[in-house]
Amino acid sequence: MLFQPAIIALLLASAVCVAAMAVAAPFALEVIRRWDSASGSERQLVLERRTYLFSTLIAFVLWTQFAALLLFVFNADKMSVMFVGAMCAVGTLNVNAYGFPALFAQMLVFFLAAGWLAINYVDNRAPDYPLVRIKYVLLLGLLPLLAASFALQLRYFLGLKADVITSCCGSLFSGDAKTVAGEASAIAPLPAMALLYGTVAFAVVAAGRQAIGKRGGYLTAASGVAALVAGIVGVLSFVSLYVYEHPHHHCPFCVLKPDYGFQGYGLYLPLFAATAAAIGAGAVQPFAQVASLREVAPSVSARLAAVAAAGFTLFALVGTFMVLHSNLILVER
Amino acid sequence: MIELNGVRKAFHHGMTNEFWALHGIDLRIEAKRVTALCGPSGSGKTTLLTIVGCIARPTQGRVRFKERDISGLPERFLTGIRRKSFGFVFQKFNLIRGMSALDNVMLPAYPTGEPRRTLHGRAERILEQLKLAHRRHAHVEWLSGGEQQRVAIGRALINDPEVVIADEPTANLDSALSLEFMGILESLVGEGRTVLLSSHDPLVVDSALVHRVVNMRDGRIL
Amino acid sequence: MNLWIEKQRYLIDFTLASLARRKWKNLGLLLVYALLVFVLASVTLFSHALRQEAARLLQDSPELILQRMVAGRHDLVPPGYMDRIGQIRGVQKKEGRLWGYYFDPVVKANYTFMVSPVAGLARGSIEIGSAMARVRGLAAGNVISFRSYTGDLFSFKVVGVLPRNSELVSADLVLLAEDDFRAFFSIPPGHYTDIALSVANPQEVRTVAAKLASALPDSRPILREEVLRTYAAILDWREGIVLALLFGAILAFGILAWEKASGLSAEERTEIGILKAIGWETGDVVGMKLWEGLLLSLTAFLLGFVAAYVHVFRFSASLFESVLKGWSVLYPRFELTPHIDGLQVATLFFFTVFPYAAAVLVPIWRAAITDPDAVMR
Repeated sequence: MLFQPAIIALLLASAVCVAAMAVAAPFALEVIRRWDSASGSERQLVLERRTYLFSTLIAFVLWTQFAALLLFVFNADKMSVMFVGAMCAVGTLNVNAYGFPALFAQMLVFFLAAGWLAINYVDNRAPDYPLVRIKYVLLLGLLPLLAASFALQLRYFLGLKADVITSCCGSLFSGDAKTVAGEASAIAPLPAMALLYGTVAFAVVAAGRQAIGKRGGYLTAASGVAALVAGIVGVLSFVSLYVYEHPHHHCPFCVLKPDYGFQGYGLYLPLFAATAAAIGAGAVQPFAQVASLREVAPSVSARLAAVAAAGFTLFALVGTFMVLHSNLILVER
Repeated sequence: MIELNGVRKAFHHGMTNEFWALHGIDLRIEAKRVTALCGPSGSGKTTLLTIVGCIARPTQGRVRFKERDISGLPERFLTGIRRKSFGFVFQKFNLIRGMSALDNVMLPAYPTGEPRRTLHGRAERILEQLKLAHRRHAHVEWLSGGEQQRVAIGRALINDPEVVIADEPTANLDSALSLEFMGILESLVGEGRTVLLSSHDPLVVDSALVHRVVNMRDGRIL
Repeated sequence: MNLWIEKQRYLIDFTLASLARRKWKNLGLLLVYALLVFVLASVTLFSHALRQEAARLLQDSPELILQRMVAGRHDLVPPGYMDRIGQIRGVQKKEGRLWGYYFDPVVKANYTFMVSPVAGLARGSIEIGSAMARVRGLAAGNVISFRSYTGDLFSFKVVGVLPRNSELVSADLVLLAEDDFRAFFSIPPGHYTDIALSVANPQEVRTVAAKLASALPDSRPILREEVLRTYAAILDWREGIVLALLFGAILAFGILAWEKASGLSAEERTEIGILKAIGWETGDVVGMKLWEGLLLSLTAFLLGFVAAYVHVFRFSASLFESVLKGWSVLYPRFELTPHIDGLQVATLFFFTVFPYAAAVLVPIWRAAITDPDAVMR
């Protein structure tokens, strides 16, 4: 199973990211220990220049994780033919217990990297690099997470055996399944819509408030994450039904397939981008009290909040369009 | 306008081949005046120019530009100040071969993201003032020495800097071109810019345009 | 935001001019890069096209094939077997099939003899696959003799050659009438080679198979989905092996990219120093270098991919055929249907652009931190 080209590619990408971060770690430690803003010495100059490498590296990891996430889901979908009982990506992910955790770990790395880049951006705007030490401590914290993500992926792929019978999305997401996914799909359409629109609206308002008033980053981040969860639950419990025009097909991955015109991207890209921006806004907020960041931090945070608001709104609009456009009727007028 | 206090600069600091280029410079450079640094090679003129022009940071001491302490600024901010307020003309011109005169002149403004049309217009005007409009599309390696220097000056002026720094401007020019340079210098002063240059050419140092001559030797001001 | 976009446009402008100034140096790397993409893309496109082809052709095959086992080996289905299957819900159609292998000592090839599923072949006439027609030099109207396993000589008249677009499965096929088949292979009436069943609902196939297995303990049901899965697995596995073997090539490419990016000539280094001195930040230089890498990567990727596409779909991947297709005397000649999908392109990207990006990351940074001071001296 390991000889699937996409799997080799994914593991390679993950391994390279982990290796790059591991090699960079001692340099990050040096930055933490020896940084001295006021000094004009050559060592300080060297450290300052090193910071450029780290921002480029984390941006690299971010984009890799993003592309890897897509490849991961694509591949899981393609490989579903090989597993008995699997009709789409969900089946492939369920072959062993590490499939979904690997997916979630990758998503987490993506969001944390986005948060770090936001903090980095703000730090760079102040002439005295006030957040340097915190930043690099957080960076070092990202390394074990990357390693864990890689380990989960490896464990998952090693455990992929073609003769294991797995469940397809029909049984995983059916209303009677006793899993969280099952519970989520079991929500009746009307309450599900209420939950989705309510949470997303709340996130949009919170982010919008921050975009204008330049305060409240924590609320934006928290409501953003809630909107992400509500969004996915919403896709599970009703949007997917409308897209597939089938009252029992709840799969969140099948919307990405060409059979449905790749509509899933219209939903997930704004949702994820908005969540990343919201998390960025929240990540920057704690530093608004720092002297040199008193202006920069709130304004950057506010800009990110604006992006988040736009993204969530777009997500809600696309979802609504899909529902209205569909031939399925779930809720009687 | 520019103030240096106790500025010292070392290369390979802390290592066996440590070399101190500047040994405690105290200097005030007045605005809208032409100041010339005079001294033999190795006296630290070029090093001093790089520190004043925000290209390098002092190992010790303070540099203040318009009352703001810039010696401790990280590279990113230093570069921002340099781009906005300083224009450098190098001794060897340091133009980028293979690119036209116009492109070379516009180059320092690229990172600002200024709309192309305004930038282009300004570059054309500067080339016209320097009488290079007819050579704007020529690759710089095809230009004569004097033309290249004028392109270098044009490049230094693209961001409308308050301070123009020139390192040995007449070293590679004959007398006629040197006089031309002094003419350009006059117009720069007329525009209200501050000029700092280093030279050991008597044509420059003894000229009436230079308001102040600072003599240097072995990294110290005499 | 607009400032940022405008700045990127300037950086791209500078990068393009810079690449043009050093065409020949960059050309070497570009060609190697494109070659790598070409090789990997050819392998991927080819095996993928094979998989698609197999799936397409299998679409019309029966969902379930029932074989009878005796002492663990495939044996003939006896009379009455079909009735014992009885009425299982979900089975739309069941029919006995007659087919077998024949070794032709003349060309040392194996043919598949099969009773034509479409009625209408007269006794004494056969239809043959195009590869076989090629190899034995036959056309419609010719007569050919085969010696059966009982030693008797049978003559058949070729009434038709099977169409080219089914060559992947029909290359070695000989279709004949049922009576001829039974006579040639000495199979008594009522016996069949296996039974083909059609099941309408794909989700029920496994259930039907289970019921069959319990009703007929000496049978072995073969599911079409299993065949598909096996094909997919094998082709993927083969593709993976080839890619793993090419790993060395990818590594070498990575090293080349690193070397090229690190080995800045004095002129390049001076140029960066100049940029830094006139007001470009380290970040701007990094951005410029990244654009350089991106433009190079995209060009190489496009070139390599288009070349691979042409190679696979115009020239039938003549360079790799033997490895991926398998090897036999009767080689079906077929043209693959062009097919690209997102997964392939994404995987390809990861095998080529990603190693390149990883390899040049540090060299780019090292180049970008060139001291502007150095330009002054």
